[in-house]
Amino acid sequence: MALKVADYKTDVHNDWCPGCGDFGIVNAIQMALAEMGVERDQAAIFSGVGCSGKTSHYINTYGVHTLHGRVLTFAQGAKVANPDLTVVAVGGDGDGLGIGAGHFVAAGRRDIDLTYIIFDNGVYGLTKGQASPTLKLWEKPKSLPKPNANYSVNPIGLAITSGFTFVARGYSYDIRHLKSLIMQAVNHKGTSFLDVLQPCPTYNDINTRDWYAGLDMKEAASRHSRIYKLEESGYDPEVHYAGDAELDEKLSQALIKSLDWGEKIPIGVFYKNETISTFSQRVMDYVPNYAENPPARQKISQDGVPTADVSGLLDSLIV
Amino acid sequence: MTDFTWLIGGPQGSGVETASTIFCRVCAKAGYQIFGKREFHSNIKGEHSYFEVRVADHPVRSNTSRVNLMVSYDAETVFRHYPYMYPGGAIIYDSDMAETETGDVSTLDRYCRERLHQAIRKRGAPPTVRGVLDLASQDGVRLYPVSFKDLLADLAEQQGNPRLRVMRRMYNVLGVSLSMGLVGMPLDLLLDSVRAVFSAKQVVAELNANAARSAYGRTREMFGEFDYSLAGTDRVPGTALVQGHQGTAIGKLVAGCRFQSYYPITPASDESTYLEANDTLTVLHDRPGSISVVQTEDEISAIGMMIGSALTGTRSATSTSGPGFSLMSEALGWAGINEVPVVITLYQRSGPSTGLPTRHGQDDLMTAIFAGHGEFPRIVYASGDIEESFYDTCLCFNYSDIYQVPVIHMMDKFLSSATATCPAFDPSRVTIDRGKLLSRMDEPEYKRFKLGGDGISPRSYLGLKDGVFWNTGDESDEEGHISEDPVVRREMMDKRHSRLDLILEGVPDGEKAVRHAGGEYMVISWGSTKGPILDALEMLRQEGVSNVGFVQVKMLHPFPADLVGRLVGEAKVLIDIESNQTAQLGKLYTQNVIRGIDHYILKYTGRAMTCDEIRDSLRDIISGMAPVRRVLMHGA
Repeated sequence: MALKVADYKTDVHNDWCPGCGDFGIVNAIQMALAEMGVERDQAAIFSGVGCSGKTSHYINTYGVHTLHGRVLTFAQGAKVANPDLTVVAVGGDGDGLGIGAGHFVAAGRRDIDLTYIIFDNGVYGLTKGQASPTLKLWEKPKSLPKPNANYSVNPIGLAITSGFTFVARGYSYDIRHLKSLIMQAVNHKGTSFLDVLQPCPTYNDINTRDWYAGLDMKEAASRHSRIYKLEESGYDPEVHYAGDAELDEKLSQALIKSLDWGEKIPIGVFYKNETISTFSQRVMDYVPNYAENPPARQKISQDGVPTADVSGLLDSLIV
Repeated sequence: MTDFTWLIGGPQGSGVETASTIFCRVCAKAGYQIFGKREFHSNIKGEHSYFEVRVADHPVRSNTSRVNLMVSYDAETVFRHYPYMYPGGAIIYDSDMAETETGDVSTLDRYCRERLHQAIRKRGAPPTVRGVLDLASQDGVRLYPVSFKDLLADLAEQQGNPRLRVMRRMYNVLGVSLSMGLVGMPLDLLLDSVRAVFSAKQVVAELNANAARSAYGRTREMFGEFDYSLAGTDRVPGTALVQGHQGTAIGKLVAGCRFQSYYPITPASDESTYLEANDTLTVLHDRPGSISVVQTEDEISAIGMMIGSALTGTRSATSTSGPGFSLMSEALGWAGINEVPVVITLYQRSGPSTGLPTRHGQDDLMTAIFAGHGEFPRIVYASGDIEESFYDTCLCFNYSDIYQVPVIHMMDKFLSSATATCPAFDPSRVTIDRGKLLSRMDEPEYKRFKLGGDGISPRSYLGLKDGVFWNTGDESDEEGHISEDPVVRREMMDKRHSRLDLILEGVPDGEKAVRHAGGEYMVISWGSTKGPILDALEMLRQEGVSNVGFVQVKMLHPFPADLVGRLVGEAKVLIDIESNQTAQLGKLYTQNVIRGIDHYILKYTGRAMTCDEIRDSLRDIISGMAPVRRVLMHGA
């Protein structure tokens, strides 16, 4: 029987603030899983710590709520051991780009086949609204005693330069579009990164839903949503041929596009490259049957007796 | 009875290791039991390193403090090691360096140099190689000068290969071969080992074999007589020549560990590198298997990945040393609260902080027991030697699966940098017990952390059909969802901690602690001090002292207090021996067993204990001459 979106919901009480952008993301994940028909026991949602960390408890698949900043490490270990799982990691921007930034860069370099979604709202919500790594320099949301004295990190640009092979941005109040991005990300072979703009209604009084909608713009006549879709602007994010010329061009255009902010904020796919081998393909250069017999599938004993034959190694030690 | 110690020293990166590998192989092939260890600086090239091998016709498990034959081709080795020679022993040295002064050796650090100057000034010798060699000679040490340069030049001429003249790396093979000639080791064993060690390159192998033959042949003519001979002895069938990291590495393969993550760190990474080099496996009645070895960006990632892999039902491990283990603390607690079976192999070195990064220490016992905030059950288990480490690795995986706890397997630098003969590892003695890991889901309403029963819940894994569960680092209910309810909190805390008693009851006594001997004077210790203590006891027995016993504690947490108390029994004097400053086992013991410790023998210089310094200290205790706390200092 085909699974419905409701099958991916748990009865755990959701304690996010009313109006939180996180609701849109969790709904989009559930819709994407249902539409792709991923079996509940073949999917694992890993989450970091913070408001977004609770996501895994609201989705009725395997759910692993990990540690602050470390979600990618747990997710990658699971995927390497069992490449048949559909692995989605989620976390906040402080989690992924502050305390976990080292893991973010390393994950891009590895290119293990999983999806990482950052709930990007510019603040540390669960600890009462401190500045997070994506908050712009000199901005001062209401709970900051002084304006933010740090330059902001560029998540899309960092992902592109770290080696992620699918880099996109979504908006939590455009759930259909977000669902489509999640499906593309999950289907992508390699590590896919999705930066989701997600207003925090309690602590970020700058980048609000109204702000994204452009309601703050002075001239009523020219008011417009700040958000626009890359795919509707004739932008082609994909690397089609293995080779440096096109690759350089696609990387450069994505980096330039990642700098856009303010009056016009692009969402959609910035960069996509499936011409590069994934981690598991690289492993198979040395372990040819890795895909069919990965760690989690291997039988290690029969009736309590180990089945690994190490006689070759042991013989080499005998003098 | 043969008991002979050979030492070779030289600048790091100059081939000392190759020389010692050849030496160990030859001696083991000749039937001897050997125990060798490497000492080295935290440096790639240039600083002093040395390798010390004890060769005997009976089991040896440690080094002695003195040397019978020293091979040196640099001045620093002579300066650092000349005081440690046995009378009647010999020093082979490079005659071209006889006039080298201590001031010419830039790597001879000022502390060592000042001590050296003090010692030689007292005896009126100049601070030169010749000066200290004269002192050694006065102490009854034979001196065997050789010009390595001339040896090489002769060889170059003989082989018609002028390039040989400048190949200083070959000093190593020459040094080993001179040693072998001197002790009368059969030439064919030497050549066989030289060829085996250089087997990757046929040309290099032959070049070295020729050099070996030539140097070996000239020994008698150059040096004359020597008091010691190693002509060979009866081989014990099934003896293996192993390196310290191979016990845990091969143990992991046999135990079914199929995932290992690690971040490079001395002295732990040799194990991971070995696993990666041997990552594909033949499996009985099945297709080939493999272990995924992943080098991570840091140790936080290493433990995170290991836990992620373990959640898929894969036996998973990581291997690290003190600084890395410190970084793992937070995630260790996550594994604890989520009852994830994982094995952390902790190769200790001297801390704190970076400490002595390439030197030995046993100072991480307390951190292994207490690492991580909050309270959660774990097992801390220590191996006493390389042979034990193979079987213990397999036990650690069983413990972690059966009790669903993280297991910290304590090893150390002394073990990891040792090369030793031991009975071949026997996989048929290993069993695999995965505890309550489910292979299919029968329960309709599965809850991962279900209360009741013996406190250990059936374990599903990521990807098991109908086995969905949740994990969280927050306190959680039976399903694994966050709960801050006080009653749930108490139930879950009690559930997790109840297994500490299960562990103490379930693990057989012989796996928790071993009494190697009983006696009025009782030594307690843990980990790699086992070897030097057993050797010291043997030495005492030969001197007619047989009232010293030894209890080796293997499971340090939960601490088997009743058992250890029983094993120590009615001993009159209790002696704690361990390689740290604060007597960590001693503290654990006095906390758990109502009895004080009478004497401490401690060492924290970064060098492992030798058997004779332990013997001497025990002798003093028996004669009533010893202080309560003695700190051992031997070693360069």
